[in-house]
Amino acid sequence: MIGRLPRIAVLLLLATLVSCAPDAFDGGGRMLTANEVVIGLSAALTGSGIGPLGVDILRGAELAVAERPMLDVAGYSFPVRLETQDDLCSPEGGQAAANRFVADPQVAAVVGPMCSSGCRAAAPIFDAAGFTTISPSCTNSDLTSGAFESFNRMVVSDGVQGVVAADYIYETLGVTRIATLHDGSPYGEDLVRKVAARFTELGGFVVAQDAINVGDDDFRALLEDIGRESPELIYFAGFALEGARLSEQRFDARLERVIFMGADGIDTQDFIYFAGEAADGVYASTSIPVLDEAFDNFLARYVEVYGEAPPGPYHANAYDATELLLDGIASVATVTPDGLLQVDRAALASYVRTVRDRQGLTGTINALGNGEMLATADIAIVRVEDDRFRQVAIGRVRENNVMITQVDAP
Amino acid sequence: MTEQPEAIASSSRGQPGAFVRSWRDIRRNPLPLFGWLLFILLLFAALRNLLPLGQQTAEYSPEQFLRQIIFGLAQGSIYAMLALGYTMVYSVLSILHFAHGEVFMTGAYAGYFVLNAAARMGALATNPLLSVLFTLAAGMVASVIAALLLERFVYRPVRDTPPVVSLIVAVGASLVLQQGFIRLFGEAARRYPTVNLYAFPYLFPSFGCDASGTVCRGIDLLDGRYDVSFLGFNLRLLPIHAVVFAAALAFMLALWFYVSRTSAGRAMRAVAEDRSVAILMGVDANRVIVRVFALGGLLAGAAGVLYAFYNHQVSPLIGFSPGIKGLTAAALGGLGNVPGAMLGGLLLGIVESVAPSLLGLSAQLKDVIIFGILVLVLLFRPGGVLGESVAEKRG
Repeated sequence: MIGRLPRIAVLLLLATLVSCAPDAFDGGGRMLTANEVVIGLSAALTGSGIGPLGVDILRGAELAVAERPMLDVAGYSFPVRLETQDDLCSPEGGQAAANRFVADPQVAAVVGPMCSSGCRAAAPIFDAAGFTTISPSCTNSDLTSGAFESFNRMVVSDGVQGVVAADYIYETLGVTRIATLHDGSPYGEDLVRKVAARFTELGGFVVAQDAINVGDDDFRALLEDIGRESPELIYFAGFALEGARLSEQRFDARLERVIFMGADGIDTQDFIYFAGEAADGVYASTSIPVLDEAFDNFLARYVEVYGEAPPGPYHANAYDATELLLDGIASVATVTPDGLLQVDRAALASYVRTVRDRQGLTGTINALGNGEMLATADIAIVRVEDDRFRQVAIGRVRENNVMITQVDAP
Repeated sequence: MTEQPEAIASSSRGQPGAFVRSWRDIRRNPLPLFGWLLFILLLFAALRNLLPLGQQTAEYSPEQFLRQIIFGLAQGSIYAMLALGYTMVYSVLSILHFAHGEVFMTGAYAGYFVLNAAARMGALATNPLLSVLFTLAAGMVASVIAALLLERFVYRPVRDTPPVVSLIVAVGASLVLQQGFIRLFGEAARRYPTVNLYAFPYLFPSFGCDASGTVCRGIDLLDGRYDVSFLGFNLRLLPIHAVVFAAALAFMLALWFYVSRTSAGRAMRAVAEDRSVAILMGVDANRVIVRVFALGGLLAGAAGVLYAFYNHQVSPLIGFSPGIKGLTAAALGGLGNVPGAMLGGLLLGIVESVAPSLLGLSAQLKDVIIFGILVLVLLFRPGGVLGESVAEKRG
């Protein structure tokens, strides 16, 4: 027994050394050579409350690919394909998906990940491999603070979403006392911080702040606790399942008159299904596409192909992200003498980060150079009426000024 | 390396359950001291929130305390019903029935299919009582089947192996059930249809009246909320909470009666005491074990359906958290002890509900507090609050 120990120790030591060794095959990875155009897509495709958000993203990307099944580069035509990974809306899932894409010699660029937690965990992996990613939905404002080269987002940052939400609560709803809750994710935590900061700046009071665990089922005691501070509105940054429970259980804790407001994480049909009657009158903020003819056509095609209205808010963002990546590849790619597609990853990254005044479904795409692509887009405030989220106002942020326009009921 | 065996030996020689007596005791085994310090810290935090120090009112009022206790009792009843299953299986087999949470989930799921079908056929609106009873029955039957299958194909083959084997196998079975349900029915959660079950129109004559006020159907047992003023406290009571609590209490009493007053119960106690001797005395140990699993499944199924009636969402993953809390409750009350499991469950539910606001901590730390208290209790009473001879017997 004792004689065997050193051998095991040596083996362990060897294993550690091997796993610590730097990647020997870097360098060639910066130049992609492939016989087709593969766009990776990382989103949570399963999971209660979050799956519909991911499926919506996948469909947006699929529609973009369906429009351009072949990509022409220097007289050659290459088929375009989506390679999908389920990132589970978690740090581990985002990492796993990123590792698979990075290891795949065919993948040119990635749309995703879906959640800020996944984006944060995946970005270093994509950075190391020189990848370009465009997330259609990671809204955490720290992601574009300059730490990540690979990260871009085709969605408005929480900095903007939170400000619009706070303004709407204070100015339009006339609420002065709010309680905030988040689900412990980078998305929820950051959004709540942004809302609370702006709300206090406007002159309101944040009377209670707390956080919940994803998967918990009984929030009645917590709501009871919050109720003591008599807030007029509960702001929750998280996803549909917990949002539905909170909104429903507030009736049990004598808070039925307190307005419930969430963000894009609960802007799904799922939320309305799970919350039942308690969904009525619930508000959410969400980034919205430009309402024009192009978007109407896109939406009509969406309904025609999938047979239902979009279950989440990010279909147009995913469509724009995929489109932009395909355009980028078409513009920077070359063809090798034996007819293979060759993409310089660095050139693709700089193409995406320097795009200016491009019209997309989500608005005018202007890269700020730090990964932010849609800094000036609109945020909608939606409200549940007759089992659907309907727009009640549109907010716009221009140099720290917030303009909110009411939308008339259709 | 040299200190470790001595440390283990001394901690087993020194009695962790006793009060700290001398400096030498503390040096030998400092755990009780840490326990007391932690306890004093918790007490201090609670008092600070309870007393109006330098403020007009205290952070925490008796009214809020009462409201949170009521919420906690309901959730705790669910834990208690699960803890009863853990405790019975542990007493006859000395194994942790780790897949019990999944048995619970199976019941909630089976109930969903029946209730949803009833809602679609319109039976729920025309005959709510029958629909609810069918739902409950379906949940219990499904859970019993799941528990029996687990016993036959998972626990029986490893019955006479070291306990760690059965524990690993149980964790595996739990994952298989979870993933099996995900593959079969999808990972998406489902919502129990809202049920309005009116009852006791004579006891509550002015409740549940229709618009004209002529027909009153009593209180809504499953989906009602009523504001009640009681001893100056304004409470909002949910009949479902009372239903869950009453069900847990009834099951516990029935079980206690069964274990202590019937011959089948005597056989069960005999197997728990010493299986091989019980077999020599002519007790059919296999049959006793099957019965124990069936009973545990029955309770878990009922708990699953009741849980879903008031928390509404069911998914293949809902079993994990109540399962682990049920196990904690069983350990808290003393593994192998029927009233202890009940008490442990209720205590856990109340602590979970009250502690975060009483201690002024974030609700996110709920589970940390619960498991911290479990450690604290086991430090002073290794056999659990009502634990009697279990620890000595197994030791």
